[in-house]
Amino acid sequence: MTEPDTFRQGTVVKPYERLNAEQIELLDDASMKILEETGIWCYNMRAAELFAANGARVEDEPGAGAPCKRVYFPPAMVRKYIAMAPSKIVLGARDPQNRLLLDAEVPRVYFGSGSETNVWLETELEEFQSTSDPKRKLTAPRYTEKRGDALLLARAARLGEQLEHLDFFIRPVNVQDSDISEDDHDVNKFFACLNNITKHVQAGLTTQNSLNKVLKMAEIVAGGSEELRQNPVVSFITCVFKSPLQMVEDTTDKVFDIVEAGMPLVISSSPQGGSSAPIQEAGMVAQINAEILAGVMLTQLIKPGAPVLYGSVAVRARLDDLHDLYGCPEFNQYNNDTAQMARHYKIPCYSSSGVGNASTPGMQASFEKVFTHLYMGLTGAQYIHYSFGLLERTNTFCPLQALLDNEQVGLVKHCLRPPKVDAESIEEVRKMITKVMKSSHRLFTRHTRKATHAGEISEPYKFGAKEQQDGVIPRAVAELAKVEARPGKHLPAELQAKIRAEVPGIVDRLFTDK
Amino acid sequence: MEKQELLEKIAFNVVQGRIEAEDEGFDEGLEDQPAVTELVNQALDQGVSPSEILVDGLTDSMNVVGEKFEKGEYLIPDMLAAAEAVGAGMDILTPHLLKDGVESKGRFVIATVIGDLHDIGKNIVSIMIKGAGYDVIDLGVDVPADKIVAAVKEHNAPYLGLSALLTTTMRNMQEVIDKLKEEGLENTKVCIGGAPTSPEFASEIGADAHCADAFAAIDWLKAQQAA
Repeated sequence: MTEPDTFRQGTVVKPYERLNAEQIELLDDASMKILEETGIWCYNMRAAELFAANGARVEDEPGAGAPCKRVYFPPAMVRKYIAMAPSKIVLGARDPQNRLLLDAEVPRVYFGSGSETNVWLETELEEFQSTSDPKRKLTAPRYTEKRGDALLLARAARLGEQLEHLDFFIRPVNVQDSDISEDDHDVNKFFACLNNITKHVQAGLTTQNSLNKVLKMAEIVAGGSEELRQNPVVSFITCVFKSPLQMVEDTTDKVFDIVEAGMPLVISSSPQGGSSAPIQEAGMVAQINAEILAGVMLTQLIKPGAPVLYGSVAVRARLDDLHDLYGCPEFNQYNNDTAQMARHYKIPCYSSSGVGNASTPGMQASFEKVFTHLYMGLTGAQYIHYSFGLLERTNTFCPLQALLDNEQVGLVKHCLRPPKVDAESIEEVRKMITKVMKSSHRLFTRHTRKATHAGEISEPYKFGAKEQQDGVIPRAVAELAKVEARPGKHLPAELQAKIRAEVPGIVDRLFTDK
Repeated sequence: MEKQELLEKIAFNVVQGRIEAEDEGFDEGLEDQPAVTELVNQALDQGVSPSEILVDGLTDSMNVVGEKFEKGEYLIPDMLAAAEAVGAGMDILTPHLLKDGVESKGRFVIATVIGDLHDIGKNIVSIMIKGAGYDVIDLGVDVPADKIVAAVKEHNAPYLGLSALLTTTMRNMQEVIDKLKEEGLENTKVCIGGAPTSPEFASEIGADAHCADAFAAIDWLKAQQAA
C-alpha cells in the first residue's frame, strides 16, 4: 500500500492499556480454543467449503433450523490467515485532504458517525412563563421526532461536512422513503452521503445485488475503476456474525463480493454481554475476538491482503430490561481490551464511543458520551464510530446532539494530543521564566499568546455560560442554525449528471445539479 | 526614519503587544524587528517631543486594542501585552515628560492588603491602568495599612486601589479606609477588588467603588476624572 501524501492527521495518542502481555496471551489462547474446540456455526455454504479446503474441520450441524455447518479451526490456520491482513489501510475521500490512514501499529485516532437510526430528532426552542410570577420566563427545548429518510440523510451528511472533528461519515439515518424500494435503498443511501460530504463514506449493504451499482457510482466520483481502488471513497460494514458464534448466510455472501471487488470492509461483531456473550470481561473479549478473527480469516481466504478492519462493538445488557447499556464501565473495558487485541494482531481497529441511553440532549447524554468519548479515544483504536449525534442508544439521530458531540470530541482530541516536551520547547520556556522573573509583575499572561495563536491552547467549552442558568441547548440551537445555513459541498454537476444517467434508482430530490 | 513613520510604528507595536525586539506579536514574523522600547528611544534621540510620543504613539493606540477586545478578536493576554508595551514606553518617557512639565492622568496607589499574598488580579489592574496613562505606584502584596496610607500621602495620590483574595483578609481593607480618614485623606477615592469582594462590601466599609476587573477600574477612573 502506498502511503498517501495527504490525509487527515487524526490524533496520535499514547494508548491506555488495561491488559498486560500475559492477559493478551491468555485471551488470544482462549479465542483460539473457542475456534478450535467449540467452533462456529456457519450458515453460509460457500464459506464453509472455503474453510474446509484450507484446513478447517467441517461437520454437519443438525438441528440448527437451517442448513448449517459446524467449523473447527486449527490455531495454526487462524494465525496464518489473520497475519495476511494488511496493517495499513487507506480510506479515501472526495477531498484528498480528508483521506484516512489507518495503521494498526500507530494509535492514530479518528472519530466518526455511525448507526442507521430510524428516528431523526428535531429541536426547537419554546418560551415558558411561570404561573406564579409572570415576569419569570424560561426557554426550553421542544423535541420532535421525524421518520428518517433520504433527504434527512443528505442533511446529516451536509452537517457532517461542517463538523471539523468528524473524520469520517457512516450513514447515521435510515432511508425509509415509501418510494424507494429495497433494491434501490443502497444507491440512494450512498448518493445522499457522497453528494453532500467530502469525507470518507461508509455504510452497510442492504442488498447484495446493489453492490455493482454502488461501485459504479463510487467509480464516477473517484474518477475511474483503478482510481477508486487507490482512493476508496466508500467502504463497507459487514456484520457477519450473529453472536454467539454464528456466521450468517446473507452478510457472508456480501463479504465475498466486497472483498472480490477489492474494496475495504469492516468485519464487525456486536455481542451483548449478559445475553449473546458472557457479561464477564474475559468471556466477552475471548468470544468477540474469536468471531472477528473468523471473519477476518474469511476475507484473507477469499483474497490474501484484502483491506479489512477489526470491528468490535461489544456492549453489555441492562439487567432490568436486557437493552444495550452504553456509557457504562464495562463498555469501556470490553472495547479497550479489543483495541489491544486488534493491535496485537496488527489489524486496524474499528471501535465505538459516544452512545448513551439518554433520548434527548442534556446532562445524561453529555455524561454518557464524554465517559466513552474520552476513554475510547485513550485506547488508540484507529476508527471510532457512533461518536456523533446518537441518542436512545443507537435508535435516534439528533443534529443538535451531533453539534454538541463535535465540541466534546474536539476537546477530547485536544486532551489526547501528544505532549509538546522537547529540547526546543524546554529552552523556550526556560527563557520565558527567566524573562518573566525579571519583570515587575512576574505575570506569564502575555506569554500565552504565541501558544494560543498556534492552536496549542484549547478553547473553553463553546456552549458554556458564566451566569447561573445553563444555556447549552439554546446556544447550540443558534449555532446549529448558522452551521446548517452554510452552502453544501455537492458533487460537480457533470458528475451528478453522469451518475443520474448510469446509476438507476436514485430519487430525483437527492440531486442538487438543477 | 521620519517622525510620522516612527510614531505609527510605535502605535503598531503597542497594538501588537511588543515591548522589545525579541518579542513575538499578535501577528506572526515580527520577532527581531524594533519594538516599543527601541522605537521610543529612537524617537527621543531624533528629537520627537515626549508628549507626542505619549499620545500619538502610545496611549491612542490602546483605543484600537480596546476595540479589538470588544470584537472578541483580542483576549486578555493581548490586552495585557499591549498595556505592558505602553507601560514600558511610559517608563522611558516619564523623566522627559516631567522635564517638560507634562502631568500624567493621575497617581494611583495600589496594594494587596496585609495578610494576603495574592497578586495576579492586582498586577493585571496595575498593568492595565499604567497602560491607560496613569502613574501607578504598586506597593506589592501583604502591605500594612500604615504603609498604604503613607504612600497615598507621600505621592499625593487622588486614587487608591485595594485588593484581597481571601475572605479572611478582605476585612483588612476597612482598616486602610479608617486610617485614610484619620490622616485627613478622605478625598482620596478608593476602589476595591478581588474575588470575595462585592459592591455591598465596598459600601459597607466605606470604599467609593467595587471594580470587578481591570476594565471596570479603568472606567471608574475615567468617570472620576470626568466628574
